[in-house]
Amino acid sequence: MANAPDQTSLFVDRFGPHPAYATEVHLETSGRIDRLVSTHCCFCGQQCGINLKVRDNAVVGFEPREDFPFNEGKLCPKGVKRYLQGMHPDRLLSAFERDDSSPSGFRPMTYERAVERVAAEIDRIQREHGPDAFAVLSGASLTTEKTYLMGKFARVCLKTRYIDYNGRLCMVSAGAGNKKAFGIDRAANPWSDIPKAEVVWIAGANVAECAPITTSYVWQARENGARIVVVDPRITPIARTCDLFLPVKPGRDIALFNGVLQLMIENDWIDGDFIERHTVGFDAVAEHVREWTPRRTAEVTGISEKAIRKAAEWWGQASTSFLLHARGIEHHTHGVQNVLGAINMVLASGRIGREGCGYATITGQANGQGGREHGQKCDQLPGWRDIENDEHRSYIASVWDVEPETIPHSGVDAYEIFRKIEAGEIRGLLSICFNPKVSLPDNSFVTRMLEKLDFFVAIDFFLSETAQHADIVLPGSLHEEDEGTVTQIEGRVIKINKAVDPPGDARQDWRIVQDIAHALGRPHGFSFESPREIFDELRIASRGGVADYSGITYEKIQKQNGVFWPCPGDDHPGTPRLFEADSWNPVAKGSGPFYFPDGKARMNVAPYTPPAEDVDDEYPLMLTTGRVVSQFLSGTQTRRIGPLVDQYPEPLCEMHPRLAEALGIRTGDPVIVESRRGTMRLPAIVVSTIRPDTVFIPYHWPGARSANQLTVSAQDPISKIPEYKVCAVRIRKEA
Amino acid sequence: MPVPAHMEFFIDPNRCIGCQACVQACSECDTHKGHSMIHLEYVDRSHSVQTAPVVCMHCDSPTCAEVCPADAIKRTEDGVVQTARKPRCIACNNCVLACPFGVPKMKTDAHLMMKCDMCYDRTSVGRRPMCATVCPSEALFFGTREQIEARRKRSAPTNSFRFGNQAITTKVNMMLPVTARSEYIDVTAAMGDRNVGKDIRFTVLTDALFDDAEERTV
Repeated sequence: MANAPDQTSLFVDRFGPHPAYATEVHLETSGRIDRLVSTHCCFCGQQCGINLKVRDNAVVGFEPREDFPFNEGKLCPKGVKRYLQGMHPDRLLSAFERDDSSPSGFRPMTYERAVERVAAEIDRIQREHGPDAFAVLSGASLTTEKTYLMGKFARVCLKTRYIDYNGRLCMVSAGAGNKKAFGIDRAANPWSDIPKAEVVWIAGANVAECAPITTSYVWQARENGARIVVVDPRITPIARTCDLFLPVKPGRDIALFNGVLQLMIENDWIDGDFIERHTVGFDAVAEHVREWTPRRTAEVTGISEKAIRKAAEWWGQASTSFLLHARGIEHHTHGVQNVLGAINMVLASGRIGREGCGYATITGQANGQGGREHGQKCDQLPGWRDIENDEHRSYIASVWDVEPETIPHSGVDAYEIFRKIEAGEIRGLLSICFNPKVSLPDNSFVTRMLEKLDFFVAIDFFLSETAQHADIVLPGSLHEEDEGTVTQIEGRVIKINKAVDPPGDARQDWRIVQDIAHALGRPHGFSFESPREIFDELRIASRGGVADYSGITYEKIQKQNGVFWPCPGDDHPGTPRLFEADSWNPVAKGSGPFYFPDGKARMNVAPYTPPAEDVDDEYPLMLTTGRVVSQFLSGTQTRRIGPLVDQYPEPLCEMHPRLAEALGIRTGDPVIVESRRGTMRLPAIVVSTIRPDTVFIPYHWPGARSANQLTVSAQDPISKIPEYKVCAVRIRKEA
Repeated sequence: MPVPAHMEFFIDPNRCIGCQACVQACSECDTHKGHSMIHLEYVDRSHSVQTAPVVCMHCDSPTCAEVCPADAIKRTEDGVVQTARKPRCIACNNCVLACPFGVPKMKTDAHLMMKCDMCYDRTSVGRRPMCATVCPSEALFFGTREQIEARRKRSAPTNSFRFGNQAITTKVNMMLPVTARSEYIDVTAAMGDRNVGKDIRFTVLTDALFDDAEERTV
């Protein structure tokens, strides 16, 4: 319902964002800390081990944690400075109610009254408009326990079909592609296989900035003699010293993969025996890629024929390899096809399921993996079960102690939820761990929809740009204020340990959600006393599913420094590498290593289609968006950490000197970037490390500095991921 | 306790990704908390994303100490050149100007020169320096020579540098590609040359697309 309050000085005084710096209490910690808590970083999907220094119930610093095998003490600048979110002046310490008469736009209220009001509004909206009139938006930075609880809360307590999550902006194309090809969606290999590969192929992944620790694995491969192939429209730091750089035109990745596969087939650089024994669909794919000659591939991708041939030769002739991709190929209206094309290259080579033979998407969010497995997706039930499968519904209903027919059916994706607000079907919204006003494309539409809601409640620890629209804000918990599990980039389930109690009236998120259920008079199934109890139910709920956690316990995680799922039994050590030749899974039941009844992987025809919005005379340039190393996602946390703000304070528009010269633009000049959705003004940085037909803007900022004012809301028809990586813009120097 | 002799510092700028984890972590070191002693700069951002991290090289005969009129800079027996001693430092800037690697920083508000002391509080008790512990790319590495030899087959360490007529050996090692193996790094060799950085072009982004493009344009 609410417009965001005016950003008066009183509003900013209270809610920020204030960039926090180390103060006396942080600086004088040597020998004066109460304890060191061994846990993980709160930011990206790598989930680096870190030790937090705690004094007087506050996180005051960090120590590298060298015993966690993934990062052995390594951290990026975000991990180093993450401790500055503790004791932050912007922290929400009570519940708030939107109140225009209050100088800051919000008035503090007691937690109990706030929960009562939330329950009353949910009840009213659902009574007047039906259960589906209230929707839930959740997030993949939550622990797996919380994501499980959010899915259960929507289906059992609210009985709404409309829940989705911000992984919709992140991992869903890879997830859908993996599911189609392998029947399971998880990194196929642990990262320790990367240094054993002869060729490391990195497609659309700014590894150095978005998954910095992964760099050491890639560099180690190079030291061991591997060739590194990077596909990207920009020469990113990982591309700078690679052996072969393929400067793909944004949105044309599938053409490249098809072209490489065509050359592999033509030169017999394929593993016919593997294809025959372990895959289905090769002939149709081979027929389809026949038209992707090197010339046509070059025409479409903008990569030279010579480089395409070289890439195919290296990939085709390797005896071990690892293919990594990320949002660069996934954030497209044909993101799933891009992923399928990449997987075809892997399957045709036969190099998967063995040491040094790997494939993975580089998951972005902290719990991007665990957060997409246990039921906060609109079409999913825990254990990666299908909400439309009667057997699956029955099993989960038995775990939840409800009747199967009471579980709502499949809902819609996160962006579609906003379209349903526009249509008047959804009237109320609860959001947690999601800042769509910054992170969704065409965000002026998102803002209008937030304003249109009858009632909006946000659970947050800082007042995010989205939470500014809330009628009620409930004070949630920071990462270090709760315990639980997270499944990191490799599929390794790890344990987040609690360092401090939530301050003031702030609560652990799972408690807040349960309090709402109780206030609604619908407490059935929401009486957990701890994350461990939630995890124990999740273990049962996941049993027999593809994402089987039933054999994982907090103790086993501690003992093994993480457990790779699937882990179907108490004496099962977990599964670091999928698809090993003699492996068993509950779908194939011994008939083969892949997760289909016949045990065979699927090769899928992946046709090329251009981006939803191609360039034309009016908007002649391609805009691509992405991240910088010092900021994370919508910046709710990292824009409040001073040293990270200073490292990259504002978005810059990267452009090639050839383009800049034509437009009379020099580094530092303010430029106007316009798309059919919006306009933004920002400084230019002229660099010869980007394609001349493409400009790049990072997306971490809100309002007038938000790149998502420009992006297009076109989505992949299968995964529903938005096309963040390419839309048409025009640029001029500010007069 | 001295820094163990078998534990050495290795820098490989080739691996650096410019993430500034080292810069951010340096300011977390207990002896100079709040101040970062590392320099990390783009070589020429307009043409490359290449960055170069610079920590103190801990010279065997430190120029900074040699030019210090107040004898404020000490080199411990284990070869670590310490930051200026506060009671002695007169903030004259001699060290800042003289260091061939450009390492010392003058904190004018504190009237004190500060520089990297290889996290002496950590390394002297058997731990690794902050920067080399967190570095995501291992461009900064602290470990044994055996470790570096086993892990870095494409490069080899050197600790000899020439700045014009001045020869310097250092405690810290610089990794050089094995193909470019040399007895020393001649740092100023190209000083008289034109600034070639400006002429570097990544033609890969503007190359002709087709194998027969040359023939076609002829």
